Amino acid sequence: MDSTIAILATLDGLSYAALVFLVSVGLSLIFGVLRIVNVAHGSLYAYGAYAAATLSLAVTPISPWLTFPALLVASVVVGVVIGGLMERFLLRPVYGREEVLQLLITFAVFMIMDNLQRLIWGVQPIFAAEPVRLLPNITVMGVAYTSYQVILLPLLALLTLVGLRYFLRHTLSGAVILAVTEDREAATAIGIDARRVFLVTFMIGASLAALGGALASPTTSLVPGMGTDMIVLSFAVAATAGLGQIEGAAVTALLIGLARAFAIYIQPEFEVLVPYLIMVVVLLVRPLGLFGFSNVRKI
Amino acid sequence: MPAGLTLTRLAVVLAVIAAIVLPFFMPSWSTLLTLILAKGIVVLGIIVLLQAGQVSFGHAMFFGLGAYAVAFWGKYVGAGDLLLFLVIGPVLSTAAGLLVGLFVVRYREIFFGMLNLAFSMVLWSLLEKMFHYTNGADGIRVARPTLAGMEFTPEAFQYVLVYLTLALAIIASLGVQRYLESPLGHMLRAIKSNETRLEYLGVSARRVLLIGYVVSAFLGGLGGVLVAVAQQIATPEFAYWTKSGEFVFIAILGGAANAFGAFAGAAVFEFVRFFAAAKLANAWQLILGVVLIVIIMYAPSGLIGLLQRKPVAEVRP
Repeated sequence: MDSTIAILATLDGLSYAALVFLVSVGLSLIFGVLRIVNVAHGSLYAYGAYAAATLSLAVTPISPWLTFPALLVASVVVGVVIGGLMERFLLRPVYGREEVLQLLITFAVFMIMDNLQRLIWGVQPIFAAEPVRLLPNITVMGVAYTSYQVILLPLLALLTLVGLRYFLRHTLSGAVILAVTEDREAATAIGIDARRVFLVTFMIGASLAALGGALASPTTSLVPGMGTDMIVLSFAVAATAGLGQIEGAAVTALLIGLARAFAIYIQPEFEVLVPYLIMVVVLLVRPLGLFGFSNVRKI
Repeated sequence: MPAGLTLTRLAVVLAVIAAIVLPFFMPSWSTLLTLILAKGIVVLGIIVLLQAGQVSFGHAMFFGLGAYAVAFWGKYVGAGDLLLFLVIGPVLSTAAGLLVGLFVVRYREIFFGMLNLAFSMVLWSLLEKMFHYTNGADGIRVARPTLAGMEFTPEAFQYVLVYLTLALAIIASLGVQRYLESPLGHMLRAIKSNETRLEYLGVSARRVLLIGYVVSAFLGGLGGVLVAVAQQIATPEFAYWTKSGEFVFIAILGGAANAFGAFAGAAVFEFVRFFAAAKLANAWQLILGVVLIVIIMYAPSGLIGLLQRKPVAEVRP
């Protein structure tokens, strides 16, 4: 394998890992606080992508640069509206019920969202690559690449990681979320509204999934099924890292992103296989994930 | 005998009679009926695991293995016999169940579900990407097999298949019901209610769960063979995670309290899909999703629960 391909694979892996991180950290956050694995998380990713593409195409005639805020607006709207409705009306009634029922509620939401997505946006691929075109290409050790993918995406992922850490560990709202996660009863006793914490956490997690989708939308064509594949992948990352591990999710996303990118260049048949293989091996050796510990803080 | 139980028995008897009579009056429904019964057999396996409180979100792997056992036989060996398929499919899935089971029974709840998902996704990606051997996403066509050496016309074969599937479904449900009522079945349920106590009795919870897991893998493979023969194709979709979700969906829809729930759930699921697909081709998935939410919110012990009217324990945090 020559060095050009190695660099190319590294850059591919880096930009891909940034997107996967955003989605899986949302999944992990929701699980850490609500103890629910959100099967519809991939649908939120897909809706983020479609909403961002629709909005981008709408604002491009005004000014192409408006597409950048459009990506952000689309993901927040999707996360807050869909995530909020889902938590309030579907998840809240089933907290404390059997785990399988909670899981299946999100599976039902996945079925509904997947279907609605086809009805709203159709099955034809949608392209909205304006943001990628606006930013210049850069050359990394002789390999030309879009700076959107190798600079902006990793930068935003890093910002999210730092921001989320800061929010959870150094702000009052973060402390409230941690308190509810540690001991819901005690937190409620001192006057914390646990329901609101759940709602807000779910909205944040959903927005992160949608943000991953929105940022992915300029780099790829949007097709039905993009969310179906993403859910298991983000699931693999979150589980490999240890559910609820935020920094762990970043490291694991990088590991899985790079492994997948190298697989594409070396042995394309194994592209899809690699993440799940890593997940199986890690979970067999460390059931709580690479960074998971029992009985430590959950997020 | 409680009134709920007689009601369930009545429903079972009526359903069996309907399944026997239906193909005569409506031949075009035989394939649908075969699919319902075959999927019901797979869901029986999910119900076995639900007794232990464990949800596998990867059981489509055993379903897929059963189907691909048939498909590979046709592709690499040649014409086959249905009786042979009914042996090799379940044997393959049972062996895989034992192997995977040895690993996954060490885990519980979300980790159990996740590890199953991971294994099934490994199988799915192999089926999807090993194009030379599996035809990738297009899948492998399955030719109509003989039965005990006898050739059938496509019309006659439909009847053969539906009645054979019905017989297997009845045997499988009786077997599962018996298993769940045996000491082994009670121990399986004890894993859900109190695993520590079970261990105190000197019973290995892992071994109890492993037996249940292998049984469910066997049922998965059996259903996979029947569906592949009925639909005359095996595709990677058979092993995809949405398929696993569908099986868990059907188990909850029917109700996990009784083996019959698997078939009641499968019947409603396939009918809704069939009619919704005919009338509202673009919205069948949406309708099923709404049905699922309604069931979980208002009838969490499934259709069987409606018949038995057991009070549902409400647990509030």
